[in-house]
Amino acid sequence: MSIAIRNISKQFGAFKALDDVSIDIPSGELVALLGPSGCGKTTLLRIVAGLEYADRGQILLAGDDASDRHARDRQVGFVFQHYALFRHMSVFDNVAFGLRVKPRRHRPAESEIQRRVKHLLELVQLDWLANRYPTQLSGGQRQRIALARALAVEPKVLLLDEPFGALDAKVRKELRRWLRRLHDEIHVTSVFVTHDQEEALEVCDRVVLINKGKIEQIGTPESVYDHPATPFVANFLGSVNLFHGRVEEGQLHLGDHALALDKTAADADGKAVAFVRPHEFDLLPGAQAGGLPAKIVRIVAVGASARIELSEIDRSDGEVIEVTVARDLFRLLALAAGDVVSLRPRQIRVFQTPALAA
Amino acid sequence: MAPLKRYSPLPGFSLAMGYTLVYLTLVVLIPLTAVGAKTMTLGWEAFWAAVGNPRVVASYQLSFGASLAAAAINVVFGMVFAWVLVRYRFPGKGLVDALVDLPFALPTAVAGIALATIYAENGPVGGVLRSFDIQIAYTPNGVLLALVFIGLPFVVRTVQPVLADLEKEVEEAAAALGASRGQTFIRVILPHIAPALLTGFAMAFARAVGEYGSVIFIAGNVPMVSEIAPLMIITKLEQYDYAGATAVASVMLIISFLLLLLINALQGRMQQRQTSEA
Repeated sequence: MSIAIRNISKQFGAFKALDDVSIDIPSGELVALLGPSGCGKTTLLRIVAGLEYADRGQILLAGDDASDRHARDRQVGFVFQHYALFRHMSVFDNVAFGLRVKPRRHRPAESEIQRRVKHLLELVQLDWLANRYPTQLSGGQRQRIALARALAVEPKVLLLDEPFGALDAKVRKELRRWLRRLHDEIHVTSVFVTHDQEEALEVCDRVVLINKGKIEQIGTPESVYDHPATPFVANFLGSVNLFHGRVEEGQLHLGDHALALDKTAADADGKAVAFVRPHEFDLLPGAQAGGLPAKIVRIVAVGASARIELSEIDRSDGEVIEVTVARDLFRLLALAAGDVVSLRPRQIRVFQTPALAA
Repeated sequence: MAPLKRYSPLPGFSLAMGYTLVYLTLVVLIPLTAVGAKTMTLGWEAFWAAVGNPRVVASYQLSFGASLAAAAINVVFGMVFAWVLVRYRFPGKGLVDALVDLPFALPTAVAGIALATIYAENGPVGGVLRSFDIQIAYTPNGVLLALVFIGLPFVVRTVQPVLADLEKEVEEAAAALGASRGQTFIRVILPHIAPALLTGFAMAFARAVGEYGSVIFIAGNVPMVSEIAPLMIITKLEQYDYAGATAVASVMLIISFLLLLLINALQGRMQQRQTSEA
């Protein structure tokens, strides 16, 4: 079932949680709503579910206006950050809940309920826990049960509100891979709220970046990562180095140094902020023209790539530039702390800064 | 080699347990044993004569019947009360919250006199009810009313924190799964607060059985109709029939103890699952 979010606005007192937000989600897609905490992404998800109501705008489910429909009539499955399992019910009864509260004429027979719950528990690979109670499960297991419970009523849409937010790093990673596989199996339209960019980029077909109640960019993980539309997106997705300078005649001027820019990177001269990701630098020995001279402060050579922290030679504010290079290359360069190198960005993303008032 | 001394991660067990037992003995067990001992001074026949007296039997029936009924009424309305206090924000909420405890603090005689005055036939509420042919004061209804009054805080105060502990998300989850409000209440909320309701019921009941001051003024104390068991004990004491009074009291104690034991067992079973590990 497709979801269309049309011009949704929502205010809590004087705080604008959502400001004229529109998103179209085609049937079967897995979409992430990504943004910092308090950006309105959870509110938007709750409005889609019918747990919250918008001040203005419409929610269309499969093309029908569902804005006034009660949560129980929207056929959505909702997964909460803190699981919200029914503590006094066994795992089995939790999953069966949605089937057992159906009006009598739609309610499956008890044998059918047994069969379906068993199937769902197998789907989330926890059929051996059917008779346990939620307090006896680990966090990751609880969330999988919550997912099975939401899927039991065969929802047309699955909404997940920071589902892995309360879990530790290793379990998170495992579960998001598992969620992606599950989605490929059952193909239910899913919306996934998270503040973890890695999670959003890894799991989802498309990413919606939200900041301060507004959409910043919508696109595939590759496109938003490689072509951020706004400084917020560039800054939010992955680690990034930020430079303030001026664009003049196709070059970025940082103090006395000039860096070459792509033709497409900047179309007008003026003040600008530039973003360069840590892995998009070339390191040249010594001070060289066309590069930014910097001194190596610290090297962390653990894992597949070496992380090098540098400070710009002409700046003394202690701002750290982070650069990563492959371990093989790092060994060839034979760098050590205290060395001076020139940084030449392979790719720079430049955003014009609007002239500051006065 | 002697085994190593094992230290418990929860220190002070022997000390705390010692205190508990000493206090329980001093405050509860010794007085109760004294009641039993005094009762023993009667022979079986005198004992049966004291507790089998039709007036005493009628008072037992009223005391336990009205106490159970009052506790049941309080479970229903105390739950509504707790619900309102937990779920809604309204002006004067703090005041209402504080008023709930008033039956705890008020001298019971004051409560009794106030209730009797208001619900008497010439009182403001009693007068209105009289026109509907309902009589409260000086009937078993009056006893029930007084017992409801003094028992309310027990249910409210036991249910309130448990209800507050139930996350809003759990109800939202039920709604998203298609449950109606009624189904959510019966299948999700009620099971969650049931142990607390039962505790509140037990406490309200125990308090009601022992209540004297507030009941005595509104009951009218008509023999065979509106005499409560504690009144029978006082009456016997006033006649210097100490052994007879303790006989009546010990029967009350045994019945109360058995009922509370039953409720506790029931509650234990209910709570076992929910808190099995968390």
